[in-house]
Amino acid sequence: MELFVFVCASIMILVGAIGVVVRKHPVHAALSLVLTLFGIAVLFVAQEAEFLAAVQVIVYAGAIVVLFLFVIMLLGVDRVEELRTEPIAGQRWIAAFVGVAMLGLLVAAIVTGAEAVIGRGDGIASNIAGDNSDANVAQLANSVFSDYVLAFELTSVLLVIAVVGTVLLARKRKGQRVVAP
Amino acid sequence: MNALVIVPTTMWYLLLSAVLFTIGTIGVLVRRNPLVLFMCIELMLNAVNLSFVALGRRLADINGQTIVFFVLVVAAAEVVVGLGIIVSIMRRRSGVTVDDLAELKG
Repeated sequence: MELFVFVCASIMILVGAIGVVVRKHPVHAALSLVLTLFGIAVLFVAQEAEFLAAVQVIVYAGAIVVLFLFVIMLLGVDRVEELRTEPIAGQRWIAAFVGVAMLGLLVAAIVTGAEAVIGRGDGIASNIAGDNSDANVAQLANSVFSDYVLAFELTSVLLVIAVVGTVLLARKRKGQRVVAP
Repeated sequence: MNALVIVPTTMWYLLLSAVLFTIGTIGVLVRRNPLVLFMCIELMLNAVNLSFVALGRRLADINGQTIVFFVLVVAAAEVVVGLGIIVSIMRRRSGVTVDDLAELKG
């Protein structure tokens, strides 16, 4: 059963990821990204990270992709990108070579450390006695609000800075010439 | 019969994460639309998150999930700032590819 879930989620993730790269239309690429993010959320559930799966769906698929789509529609850049011609001669081949080389390095690193990842672990939930269903949330909260509470507070500062900075960046200044696309 | 059931180990998740990261890298190198570049960066971030969660489960350590939580927050902030920059650039010019931004260099 877990194998079935893994294979289905992997197919979702890889099809979505390849769709992001090869789709000409930015809106189609964003929708392929949703497919990938849902696949990742499924794998999070399979790995006993239920809270992160929910956050993944809400934040990524719900907020970030909607933000992408919003910007695509706002800017009117939803025209088809010409993928046939290469802007720089031989760039595709170099990119493919770099990709294959990096994949080889990553796989070599994983296989080298294979004895560390040969099993799948007992899971994190086994640390807690009894089977309460929100053990994952409780453990994550214990970690975030005790060991990493300073980092947690700093992320709130980061979010405020990001929001204020973006509003300042993207607003229309007085007397600014707007070039019609 | 039960012994024949194949269970996906941590290594499978790590290999899937490596493939996803590579696809994201190739996308960043090949595509020209800045929005699609951001989507490919999201792919790479998600690949890293997947490997964090898999290794956290393997080592029975909740900190693997804690760091994914922080990566999610930082990724959201990064997308917001990046899209704000893209919006303010696109307001001034009509070009839609990163090649049109070449005059940014000195």
